[in-house]
Amino acid sequence: MYFAKEVLESSSKMRQRWEDEVKKLVSKWADQKPEAQWSTVSDLPIKRLYTPDDIKDMEFERDISYPGQYPYTRGNQVTGYRGKYWTFRMFSGMGDAATTNARWHMLLKEGQTGLSTAFDFPTLMGYDTDSPKARGECGKCGVAIDTLEDFLVLTKGVPLDKITTSMTINPPATALWAMYCAAAEIQGIPLTKIGGTIQNDMLKEFIAQKTLMCPPEPSVKLISDTVEFGTLHVPRWNTISISGYHIREAGSTAVQELAFTLRDGMEYVEDVLRRKKLDVDTFAPRLSFFFNSHIDFFEEICKMRAARRIWAKAMTERYKSKDERSWWMRFHTQTAGCSLTAQQPYNNVVRTATEALAAVLGGTQSLHTNSLDEVWCLPSDFAVQIALRTQQLIAEETGAANTIDPLAGSYFVEALTNEMEKQAWDYIHKIDDMGGMVAAIEKGFPQLEISDAAYKFQRQIDSAEKIMVGVNKYVSTEKETIPFLEIDDKIETEQIERLQAVRRKRDSKAAMKCLNDLKAACKKGENVMPYCIEAVKALCSVQEICDVYREVYGEYRDPGLY
Amino acid sequence: MAERKLRVMVAKPGLDGHDRGARVLARCFRDAGYEVIYTGCHQTPEQIVSAVVQEDVDLLGLSCLSGAHRYLYPAVTKLLKDKGVDDVTVIGGGIIPEQDFQAMYDAGLKAIFVPGTTLETIVTWINTNVKPRA
Amino acid sequence: METTKKIKGGDIRAASRLIRNLEDRIPEAKTTIKHLFPFTGKAHVIGITGSPGAGKSTLTDGLIDCFRKKGKTVGVLAVDPTSPFTGGAILGDRIRMQRHAEDPGVFVRSLATRGALGGLAKAVGDAIHVMDVLGKDIIIVETVGTGQQEVDIINHSHTVLVVLVPGMGDEIQAIKAGILEIADVFVVNKADREGSSKLSRELMAMLDMAPPSAFQGGWRPSIMKVENAFEPASFGKALDDITTKIEEHYQHLVDKDLIGSRMRRKAIVELNEAIRASILEPVLLKLLGSGEMEGLIVKVMKKEIDPYTVAEDIAKRYLEGCL
Repeated sequence: MYFAKEVLESSSKMRQRWEDEVKKLVSKWADQKPEAQWSTVSDLPIKRLYTPDDIKDMEFERDISYPGQYPYTRGNQVTGYRGKYWTFRMFSGMGDAATTNARWHMLLKEGQTGLSTAFDFPTLMGYDTDSPKARGECGKCGVAIDTLEDFLVLTKGVPLDKITTSMTINPPATALWAMYCAAAEIQGIPLTKIGGTIQNDMLKEFIAQKTLMCPPEPSVKLISDTVEFGTLHVPRWNTISISGYHIREAGSTAVQELAFTLRDGMEYVEDVLRRKKLDVDTFAPRLSFFFNSHIDFFEEICKMRAARRIWAKAMTERYKSKDERSWWMRFHTQTAGCSLTAQQPYNNVVRTATEALAAVLGGTQSLHTNSLDEVWCLPSDFAVQIALRTQQLIAEETGAANTIDPLAGSYFVEALTNEMEKQAWDYIHKIDDMGGMVAAIEKGFPQLEISDAAYKFQRQIDSAEKIMVGVNKYVSTEKETIPFLEIDDKIETEQIERLQAVRRKRDSKAAMKCLNDLKAACKKGENVMPYCIEAVKALCSVQEICDVYREVYGEYRDPGLY
Repeated sequence: MAERKLRVMVAKPGLDGHDRGARVLARCFRDAGYEVIYTGCHQTPEQIVSAVVQEDVDLLGLSCLSGAHRYLYPAVTKLLKDKGVDDVTVIGGGIIPEQDFQAMYDAGLKAIFVPGTTLETIVTWINTNVKPRA
Repeated sequence: METTKKIKGGDIRAASRLIRNLEDRIPEAKTTIKHLFPFTGKAHVIGITGSPGAGKSTLTDGLIDCFRKKGKTVGVLAVDPTSPFTGGAILGDRIRMQRHAEDPGVFVRSLATRGALGGLAKAVGDAIHVMDVLGKDIIIVETVGTGQQEVDIINHSHTVLVVLVPGMGDEIQAIKAGILEIADVFVVNKADREGSSKLSRELMAMLDMAPPSAFQGGWRPSIMKVENAFEPASFGKALDDITTKIEEHYQHLVDKDLIGSRMRRKAIVELNEAIRASILEPVLLKLLGSGEMEGLIVKVMKKEIDPYTVAEDIAKRYLEGCL
């Protein structure tokens, strides 16, 4: 019993009195909206009041515990943010490598403490800038990288042993990570000293983000290659960032984001165990996660607390992990892009700020804050500075970092954390029964759940059952114009010229040999990473490497379930 | 008894895979009484135009969130014109900054719907401006 | 006639426009079909049916590949259900075949049922004629996939594929009359899933128990397995085998002189439907237009008269020419 019997009895009496008064008042002056609409943005119903009754079945040690102690509800780090703030890690990339390098240095100068790379669509999809599929796309939503030469420009002046870098890259992750490793080598830094993350999470691509290349089975094989390579040679590197951000952006509810992300994580653990015969504790400590921080403040905090508990339970109960570092659910967070509005864009500063605060109170290890103009374009210098300052302000001024997991013990927060965990486990078990996440994806289960949720939400916005300020309430007739960042179309021509120059100057025979070696390795089922590193050093391009995968493994045909 | 139904297509040109809007629109158009075909992501302008011709649609909605609309949307409308397809209304949505609107209209788009547009607005516009084949 | 010429010349736009007019019941479309009719009957029509989620579209996509490799042109009519509430429809099959969009030898056309039962749209029969005259060697008709009522496909096809998936309630006991009996080829799709051997055995047992007369010209339906669609090599091979089987079946029909019986079946259905429409539509229009229908409805509601007596009276008047 969490509360003494007398406390619960007394609370019960007080509750009765309170409920009677509520009934009286509500019969005279109705609430602003019906009961069902007082819910989270994901439609989790929220009560008017939470009391000791709502958490009376909790057990302190089993459910809440201490920071750094199982089940980690209160966080992984024993010193909390006093030891180290979360990493201020702004996702950025624009135009060509030189422009992005300048933005990176600007952000570092302004106090960001970790790097995060946004690539353009051709790079994300494994095409070179001169591919016919890439026309019009170069540099528009991230940096264009075709070969190691571009990557060296991107990382110019960045001490790769002193700063960690995250790269949002999925099917071509082996190629881009190979470039990073090669760049470190050129800087004279051993692979044991570099740290960072590659997103490298194909399951969520099939579910939500849709940067697709090869079918699920070989995609997961390539991921297990990176996990193995990292375990053996790049111990400070997080080889997968198991992501829920994109699942949420595609329209899922918070519980679905929680469940599908963690179940994806379990799928990867099982795959590596099966394929590589590694001990779970050799690689699990380097699995990391990536969550969305959406606009419903408390739902997000509770989601993150529930996530830590679920992962700890899964690692100990399902996989019999012995090393507690495997039980820590470490995560990066990005504030919700889909919560931003094109209308009255300055409101987005406030949205990002509350979402960032929720992530901090949820205990994130690393954070990206969106810029106010990102509904329209890539962030301008002006907007990205505000976004970065938002994090710094929260860290230095608000007191949120003073104490660990400040909301623990709140009747509401603990009750909602429990409820979200329970609903997430229901989904996880359902997917287990389907035969796992790959099987569930083949059946279209997560995709259709997300489509249903997305459509429901849009209907709720349309009917103003849910409010978006500036969009369906407090609408201005005057249009707010803000400066937009433009990516010059001529960047595409220049990048193509650079790429063609590289092809002319490189040793074509050596490049061809590397690609053939890579192909042979793929066919034999060997770990592709060493071959990728040789290939990028020989100036093979991203597409040339990915074309090998396409040839050997085939291309994925999306079953198109929507 | 003759009954014209509106046939519409939602297409995602280019490499952008963000299809939440496209999927929501597909359901919305079904609920509005249209027959709707969604091409899926990663379509070339050639694939889209070929589908338009094969499916005899009245309306084509293009969705792109990667910033590549400046090339892709005019590429689609030009190809429609080259193929002599002059009776399909083309509209666009996605991440399209206002300074690009005029270029899109010049390329032949009849409307652009930015984030924050309600489904009702889009359906009302279509019902007002697009009639099925005479 | 202009449209006829265009379609005979392979004009896809004209063909799709005509199919549209057929769907929308535009009278001129019927006139065009009359002109096209003498030139129909050349294509091999393949019907594909099975529950939703059975993977029909993915199979069709694969079959298109196989037939194209053999140099055949392909037309596809993909049918999806119209929402009874809104009258709209998501025509969601094309997305799985969209990679063929630039192949001039492939024409994919999506249709909504518009309330028709039986798994097809009313316009499918004529749409097949259009594709036939357009010059398509192979016409694949993909039904809605509600499973149990989808026997209409047999009236239009030479070869019917029934697609089943283990573990989806496709067990034999769950499938009522009709579907299993119309199959010329069974495809056990997603056969890497649990229950696939059981399903194959059940199908085989059912075929073993069927009387010989059930096998037209002695063709015993084959049971073909397709495993993981995401493994291109094995999937490609399985589809090659199915394509060969389909061609074998067509050859069987030719050898046993059974094409005629299939065409006879189609002719009967087309005649019935055309006569029905020719009589029913004008009669209903007349009754609605004159207001007589409203009065009849009220009388039936009030139980002053039964619908059968009404119908007999109307039929009598129609035949006597005094409706």
